[in-house]
Amino acid sequence: MRTSTRTPHRAVVVAAVVALGAGLLGGCAEDSDDPDGGPGNSGTDAGGRTTIEIGTFGVFGYKQAGLYDEYMKLHPEILIKEDVTERVDTYYPELLTHLAANSGLQDIQAIEVGNINEIATTQADKFEDLSKAPGVDKSNWLDWKWAQGTTKDGRTVALGTDIGPMGMCYRKDLFEKAGLPTDREAVGRLWAGDWQKYVEAGKRYKAKGPKGTAFTDSAAGLFAAVNNGYAERFYDADGELIYKDSPAVKTAWDVAMQAVEGGLTAKLKQFDKAWDQAYANGTFATVSCPPWMLGYIKEKAGAAGEDKWDVAAAPKPANWGGSFIGVPKAGRNKAEAVKLAAWLTAPEQQAKLFDKQASFPSTPPAYELDAVSGARNPYFGDAPTGRLFAEAAKGIPTLVLGPKDQQIGTAFGDVGILQVEQQGKSPEQGWEAALKEIDNAVDGG
Amino acid sequence: MRPYTDQAVSPSAGDAAADRPGTEPAAAGRPGDTDRRRAWRSRRYRWDTKYSPYAFVAPFFVFFAAFGVFPLLYTGWSSLHRVSLSAPNDMRWAGLHNYTRLLEDEFFWNALRNTFTIGVLSTVPQLLMALGIAHLLNYRLRASGFFRVAILTPYATSVAAATLVFVLLFGRDYGMINWALDAVGLGKVDWQSGTLSSQVAVSSIVIWRWTGYNALIYLAAMQAVPNDLYESAALDGATRWQQFLHVTIPSLRPTILFTVVVSTIGATQLFGEPLLFGGAGGQKGGASHQFQTLGLYLYEQGWFNFHLGRASAIAWAMFLILLIVAGVYLLIARRLRRSQ
Repeated sequence: MRTSTRTPHRAVVVAAVVALGAGLLGGCAEDSDDPDGGPGNSGTDAGGRTTIEIGTFGVFGYKQAGLYDEYMKLHPEILIKEDVTERVDTYYPELLTHLAANSGLQDIQAIEVGNINEIATTQADKFEDLSKAPGVDKSNWLDWKWAQGTTKDGRTVALGTDIGPMGMCYRKDLFEKAGLPTDREAVGRLWAGDWQKYVEAGKRYKAKGPKGTAFTDSAAGLFAAVNNGYAERFYDADGELIYKDSPAVKTAWDVAMQAVEGGLTAKLKQFDKAWDQAYANGTFATVSCPPWMLGYIKEKAGAAGEDKWDVAAAPKPANWGGSFIGVPKAGRNKAEAVKLAAWLTAPEQQAKLFDKQASFPSTPPAYELDAVSGARNPYFGDAPTGRLFAEAAKGIPTLVLGPKDQQIGTAFGDVGILQVEQQGKSPEQGWEAALKEIDNAVDGG
Repeated sequence: MRPYTDQAVSPSAGDAAADRPGTEPAAAGRPGDTDRRRAWRSRRYRWDTKYSPYAFVAPFFVFFAAFGVFPLLYTGWSSLHRVSLSAPNDMRWAGLHNYTRLLEDEFFWNALRNTFTIGVLSTVPQLLMALGIAHLLNYRLRASGFFRVAILTPYATSVAAATLVFVLLFGRDYGMINWALDAVGLGKVDWQSGTLSSQVAVSSIVIWRWTGYNALIYLAAMQAVPNDLYESAALDGATRWQQFLHVTIPSLRPTILFTVVVSTIGATQLFGEPLLFGGAGGQKGGASHQFQTLGLYLYEQGWFNFHLGRASAIAWAMFLILLIVAGVYLLIARRLRRSQ
């Protein structure tokens, strides 16, 4: 009798172990080549609808702005699913490994501006060419935005979504106390055309502004804002590294160092907790402001900052941030994905997105639409943000990008400048440290 | 403690299990069976007792091979190549270049130094405090169960949650610690910018999370110390402190060694705390890399600079360092055993 009771037991246990193991291993295998699993297996669900998956990072806002619902209403045969990774620095390495493995890819993949050059130069053959796709009209886009997603031989691997034309956000109350103008036109004129004038305004602020506050948040933010106003920053048009003596870097570095030495900065690091807290406490008077920053300020400064902030034109037009979407060749429903990508990036949809989510369109025809041209931001004293950013967008130079832009920018901002600003090192020491950091990052050996 | 573990090991070995009473007699207890069936059955029992333990431990080893050994070897293989994260399939043979490059890489040495100093700053106070807390909890206390659970709660919190709170506490402008220092007239400290101050801050997160865990391990070991040792020590006129020094500590030596080993491994792999303490762009470990540990440097090289080969070499360097440390501990442990 013992045998007959023991054997089934053992069999059950072994079966359970095998099933568990197989299930787990199977789970992995499924995950890696078939991200949606379940009904989407063949890209078609039980109702016969074609599933299109979009992989994004952060908040793209398509869902929030109701664009997916609108598209699905127009095309009842389509089901859109969104897979969101919160941080782009997690999202992008994953995208790269999926591209290398040719599996695990969504039908549409978002790409951040910091990575678009690498995608266009090293991964272009893994993406569909969208330049001649139906519904895509090159003339809709800003030239530089279109160029960033296009390879040297003219294949467009990703369509531009939003851009980040910069304005300058400033605190009216602090400006008033410091004896500076508070009207946004006057503030714009105060530093129009020259970052040096911005530094001069900072010195006036320093002399008369309230104690315990600073003119601007961080020298690194200032460096990036100045630097981004030039066409060639770290790379020249031939793809050579020129960061050591490019006029853009030199000017930006000088302005940042003047700001540090003049005590104009609050010595903060952007996107740190302390930076958020400083918004809430109102301890700095200006910050470079692409459209998406307005929402950030509103969230961090909250009700206490209501009607205190305003936004004026920046000294020089520049771009900060923005994204693209591309269709990987390994996707299952390429034709439908291309159609959706073209629709999502068309001027009408970009304008709707700006209206709901403050992502600024990369397509000038959208600027004429009411959703953009008539847009005002109540939190920022009813500033005509649509007109203001559209103006800035038209002045943005065609940025030359390179594969290591991000690493080089971080080396200047988070190492070189921060050492001078927070650790009391000399500008020469900071410069040396940044160069060493860049050598280590760009050295491929 | 040792004899118990020795006994605990033997039943799981296949041969020893064959001697277990009950299996053979059960098979032999049926006179009507033919010899063949009997032989078959007894062979099956022999197989059962011999192989089924392996079957039971196999799932672990299968998973360990898939998720432990394979990545380890593959990392070793890619550390001998130039590999970029932007094209992970394009591996170009580099020999030992990644390793020789590390030897001249000041960022690597800086990270190694930081890992060591943060390791000492976090492990030593942590274990001393754990010992003290365990000693206190070993007394007859009201609600001792509550205290024992309470000291373990930091261990149950996630690194991310704990670190975010510490980031707020150690904040330069609005941190509670600076507020307190300012209130007593000591002035504010820019915790993140200084080398020592940032390392102390990171260490404090580690200490906060792990002290209770080690205290519980010590407490368990203390409760196994026979009472008569204390009684005879008391008869000889030893004070409480002397009892602690000359009875408790020597009895705890194997346990202390264990906690030191575990803490050292943890300290070598330290990653989450400094990463999150660094805030935005935390992989740099501060503007001068003043609290960048080996783990962070590995992450920065692999996932930020995209040099996978170099990151693999760092991973193997960390592995080798741990092997050396393990060797040292083995020597100490052997010395300890001999001296007992």
